[in-house]
Amino acid sequence: MSTLPLETADHPGNLRRVVIEPLSRVEGHGKVTLLMDEDDHVQQARLHIVEFRAFEKFIQGRPYWEVPVMVQRLCGICPVSHHLAASKALDQVVGATQLTPTAEKIRRLMHYGQILQSHALHFFHLSSPDLLFGFGSDVARRNIVGVAAAHPEIARRGVLLRKYGQEVIRHTAGKRIHGTGSVPGGVNKSLTAAERDELKQDIYQIVAWSRDAVHLVRRLFEQDLETYRSFGSFEARTLSLIRADGAMDLYHGGLRARQADGRTIFDHVDYSHYWEQISEEVKAWSYMKFPYLRALGREDGWYRVGPLTRVTRCDFIPTPLADRERREFLAFDEGRAARATLGFHWARMIEMLHAAEAIKDLLHDDDLLGSDLMSGGPRQARGVGVIEAPRGTLIHHYRVDENDQVARANLIVSTTHNNHAMNIAIREVARKYLDGRKITEGLLNHIEVAVRAFDPCLSCATHAMGKMPLDVELVDAEGRVIDHLVRGST
Amino acid sequence: MSGRPPVLVLAVGNPSRGDDALGALLAERLEAAGLPHVEVIVEFQLQVEHALDLEGRSLVIFVDAGMGTPAPFQLRRVKPAADFVHTTHALSPEALLATCERVVGNVSAETWVLCVRGESFELGEGLSAAAASNLDAAWAALVARVEERPGRVQIRQP
Repeated sequence: MSTLPLETADHPGNLRRVVIEPLSRVEGHGKVTLLMDEDDHVQQARLHIVEFRAFEKFIQGRPYWEVPVMVQRLCGICPVSHHLAASKALDQVVGATQLTPTAEKIRRLMHYGQILQSHALHFFHLSSPDLLFGFGSDVARRNIVGVAAAHPEIARRGVLLRKYGQEVIRHTAGKRIHGTGSVPGGVNKSLTAAERDELKQDIYQIVAWSRDAVHLVRRLFEQDLETYRSFGSFEARTLSLIRADGAMDLYHGGLRARQADGRTIFDHVDYSHYWEQISEEVKAWSYMKFPYLRALGREDGWYRVGPLTRVTRCDFIPTPLADRERREFLAFDEGRAARATLGFHWARMIEMLHAAEAIKDLLHDDDLLGSDLMSGGPRQARGVGVIEAPRGTLIHHYRVDENDQVARANLIVSTTHNNHAMNIAIREVARKYLDGRKITEGLLNHIEVAVRAFDPCLSCATHAMGKMPLDVELVDAEGRVIDHLVRGST
Repeated sequence: MSGRPPVLVLAVGNPSRGDDALGALLAERLEAAGLPHVEVIVEFQLQVEHALDLEGRSLVIFVDAGMGTPAPFQLRRVKPAADFVHTTHALSPEALLATCERVVGNVSAETWVLCVRGESFELGEGLSAAAASNLDAAWAALVARVEERPGRVQIRQP
């Protein structure tokens, strides 16, 4: 556990501030403030999300059947996750307590396609430059082109894995973006035999490349074990979905929360009343909420979600290659890798392998070609949908009025679940690498590496050219700027 | 890749974020024109796999909204460069071209960026009046550039 609470430094008025704004290769307007004491030791870390996204307001007043399509515009990074979480919530509203086999399998295929492409993007485009070249290496080299120059086959596979995942999404959702495939109560299309056969052609290669990616991360760990073991590491409580038999299930399940030492806090809890287990705290310095487990309270109830949690807290992965890799990951370095912040990368690749295997299995299931697409039942006023998105647990909660309009919406996204955990990771890294009064590119990147391990998506889904320089300020206790660093394009 | 339309217009932006819709709106107009020699792709953001969409083209135009762009728009040639701006999961056109060169092979197409000035990018907002005016100006420039290509079809102005 943390040794100093983030919010309770003894004399916050005497702390100097280091401001890092915004984070590179993280979506949106992220900013980091490090509050330092008079001895230049980092006491507090705060990851700010500057922009208020107003998700709920955007959704309120819309006809419920529009919601699965429009929520994709909340995030340009994982629109499919919102598409599916909203659909699951609205399944309850239309009384579809049990989807048809075709509908559920088409949705699962779409979801695994999303997991595959998202994890491929994160690893090959965002993280592998740091991991292959070193955290303090030349920033101009730490990108996909740098990787392509030094490791062309790795870069090529990254692009093709990503492309394959996008093709799965296109066939199941109907389009590359703004897909309409999933609707309240089911799906509006299944696969044709030609579409299935097209996806089948490459899936064995995709499985093989995904497995190679797992082994690549393992080799990186082995080459610099001490760094990987200790970098930004801390113990954390965890939250994830889990299948009834304890298997990893990224599409559906009950809620499982565990203590850092693995003891169960709750297990197989029906998420339709998630608010009985999870509450959200608002803090004055951040627009992002701080969820916590009610049973443990605001101070101690924070937790971590995402690939590292899912891989280490499931009882098994229901595809053979990924489960074998999971067991090796858990055993590696006497279990230290599975507790390390950089273990996220290894876990993410194990999940990518699982997604590839799951896609392969689904492509051999004729239910994908079925025509029974919709189900329904008595209309309900409320619905909750939860999935394990690439970055972690995603909750959509809607109340629909008698005019079929959304009267209330509540969304808890993965990055919000991880809010507190990311702050702790930043603080731990900053304490080790940033104590002092001088900011350097290499030191900054160590903080960014810690944040990137979580793969946060602060996305506002805008992509306007000319936004987001990297501006860093070091401000002393009297408010004087004693160091300033601007990082533009590399 | 020989069967691909020679012209690719790759528009990026979020239609639900105010003036970020500029790229998608221009793409919508172009798609409605139904030009056989033009493929139109709309995305939230440029990503690494778009490198594969650049193969086999003679002309590629990236269309996007811009905050600091001179009004009403800027049309400029774009070259491959390791321009990895701190944006993140997304790529700049320059970085995408550089990625394409490294991963796919040399980009043989003439490559342009049409960046249309936007003013406001808030979630749930419509297009601002200034952006609507810029859109019309940019449309004329886009049409002129696309019509220069072989196999062109005259586009009727809306």
